[in-house]
Amino acid sequence: MSDRILGACAFLLGVLYIWQATVIEESFLSDPVGPKAFPIIIGTVILLSSAYFIWRPDTEPEWPAFGRLAEIGFAVAVMVGYTMALPEAGFVVSTAIAAAFLTWRLGAHAVAAVVAGIVTSLGIYVSFHLVLGLSLARGPWGF
Amino acid sequence: MDTLSALADGFAVALTWQNLGLALLGCFLGTVFGALPGLGPSNGVAILIPLAFTLGLPAAPALILLTSVYYGAMYGGRISSILLNIPGDEPALMTTLDGHPMAKQGMAGEALALSGIASFVGAFFATWGLVFLAPQLVKVALLFGPAEYFALFTLAFATLGGIASRNQAKAAFAAALGLGIATIGVDGQTGVPRFAFGEVHLYDGIDFLVAIVGLFALSEVFVFLEHRGTSKEATADSMKIGRVTPPMSMLNKTWGAMSRSTIFGFVAGVLPGAGASLGSFIAYTFEKRYSDRKGTFGKGDPRGIAAPEAGNNAAAGGALVPMLALGVPGSGTTAVLLAMLLALNITPGPLLFQSNPDVVWGLIAALFIGNIMLLAMNIPLVTMFVRVLLVPPKYLMPAVAMISFVGIYGISGSSFDLQVMIIFGVMGWVLRKLDVPLVPVILGVLLGDQMEKNLRRALTISDGDWTVLFASPLAIGLWAFAILGFVAPLVVGRYFRPKIADETKAEGADPD
Repeated sequence: MSDRILGACAFLLGVLYIWQATVIEESFLSDPVGPKAFPIIIGTVILLSSAYFIWRPDTEPEWPAFGRLAEIGFAVAVMVGYTMALPEAGFVVSTAIAAAFLTWRLGAHAVAAVVAGIVTSLGIYVSFHLVLGLSLARGPWGF
Repeated sequence: MDTLSALADGFAVALTWQNLGLALLGCFLGTVFGALPGLGPSNGVAILIPLAFTLGLPAAPALILLTSVYYGAMYGGRISSILLNIPGDEPALMTTLDGHPMAKQGMAGEALALSGIASFVGAFFATWGLVFLAPQLVKVALLFGPAEYFALFTLAFATLGGIASRNQAKAAFAAALGLGIATIGVDGQTGVPRFAFGEVHLYDGIDFLVAIVGLFALSEVFVFLEHRGTSKEATADSMKIGRVTPPMSMLNKTWGAMSRSTIFGFVAGVLPGAGASLGSFIAYTFEKRYSDRKGTFGKGDPRGIAAPEAGNNAAAGGALVPMLALGVPGSGTTAVLLAMLLALNITPGPLLFQSNPDVVWGLIAALFIGNIMLLAMNIPLVTMFVRVLLVPPKYLMPAVAMISFVGIYGISGSSFDLQVMIIFGVMGWVLRKLDVPLVPVILGVLLGDQMEKNLRRALTISDGDWTVLFASPLAIGLWAFAILGFVAPLVVGRYFRPKIADETKAEGADPD
């Protein structure tokens, strides 16, 4: 079933992709092939493979239970939040919080996770910014 | 003898304090990445690329650092295979079969030492193979026109799908997905935006480093979240290793296995789309058929350790041949190395040998030096790496994720790129669950631009006549191999694939 869903998604993707390829505006200065042909070839490969997924699906993969899926979704949310917090709160604070959260969700005790988050963040800050001179996001406090 | 004098010049490049230091650092980090389950050569190198790039390392030192990581990971993977029965990375899968039983018999130290020596033998001779084979391949590649290059890229995707994958349709889909991603952005030849949907950030296209780090490194974090608590953790008890020297009799018994496996591994590495996992698999299977007369394989036979370790290290060297000489990587990690070169505006391929001989030969010389460093690190100092295994992944994986973010942020300084990277991370996880291989996706993202450019160049020359793609004997030969590589595995069955990789470990394993 999972493969059939993949096939349906791939089919839609292929159709959408080819359709988008056909509406590419061509400039008057073009080579014989133009910007459309290669994407249309790729789109065709996607459509062919999607047909195969639907026709002959593989055995079902082991999907994690709903709780685990939510866990992954939550981690994604934290990471997206992290990317938005970076320019506002600076590297050290945002990284400490994000790393602490991930460590906690991976099964560490809450206190240990907070410590690990701070250590990770400071460790990266010291080694990459202070020692190697990489530019990291700067917050209102200068770090 | 041109080759040897070029190699001597290479040693002059590699023997600076900076490059030696980078090789040492790379070997150390590589062994650590290889040893830790979940981190392997391709995501280890992927995490380090943005860092090497933002630190402003020139091409030769950057490449020395990263290939040392690559070689190092091939050494490191065996440590957890032997001690914990968990492969540290995918190529080390076969080493568990005899390595762990040997450790259980109290011979862990001997097993580690023997596998270290086998790794050295494989890597050392494969690097010599690289020295002599790559310039020959360059001579052929100089005859290639755009049509031949287009056929060559197709060949790489076809064999990647045919040999190294379980399901051809999924490999084809993965390649098309990668190529499709590569077409996003302003078309280089006509200047019209494609698939950008008016989003300014997309006009530049999607940075392949973002895609690589997302697909390889971040998806690994999600796999860990999914399997939290179910994986075995290392205990200090399983880390007792005893003496770390192999008895002479054991070396005498295994040198045949090592030399045969080196040859098989090297050939497997040179074939496009095969890589180190296949190298170690073929080496082990052949050795088992050839010399397992008493049925000792799988019960702790030293030859069963020497064969896959020599095989995977030889394949790692072999895989560099097509990457450097043709610009077509044969495996996941060499694809990532190709990304490094492209990010530095260096186009690998035959011209690399002419325009940047210092990069090529400096790199090869560094591989020889690194290999000796690795031998030294992996025999007397192996206990140090064994301790690394005691660091629980729950502390390690968040750090990996954060370092990935740091690297990408260092390049572009944009939150948008980080968000795209998260999308790739999730996509990588879903594709892994569905058994869609990630290496063709990466290869597509990397090569899409070149592939399209060559197609359009060929057709511009022929003024729109598509038969030009099949006009020269060289091109026809490449197409024939492409079709053969894609179809033959369907016909001759699944002989070329690690059977045990099918069942459990494959989804979580890091591609080489």
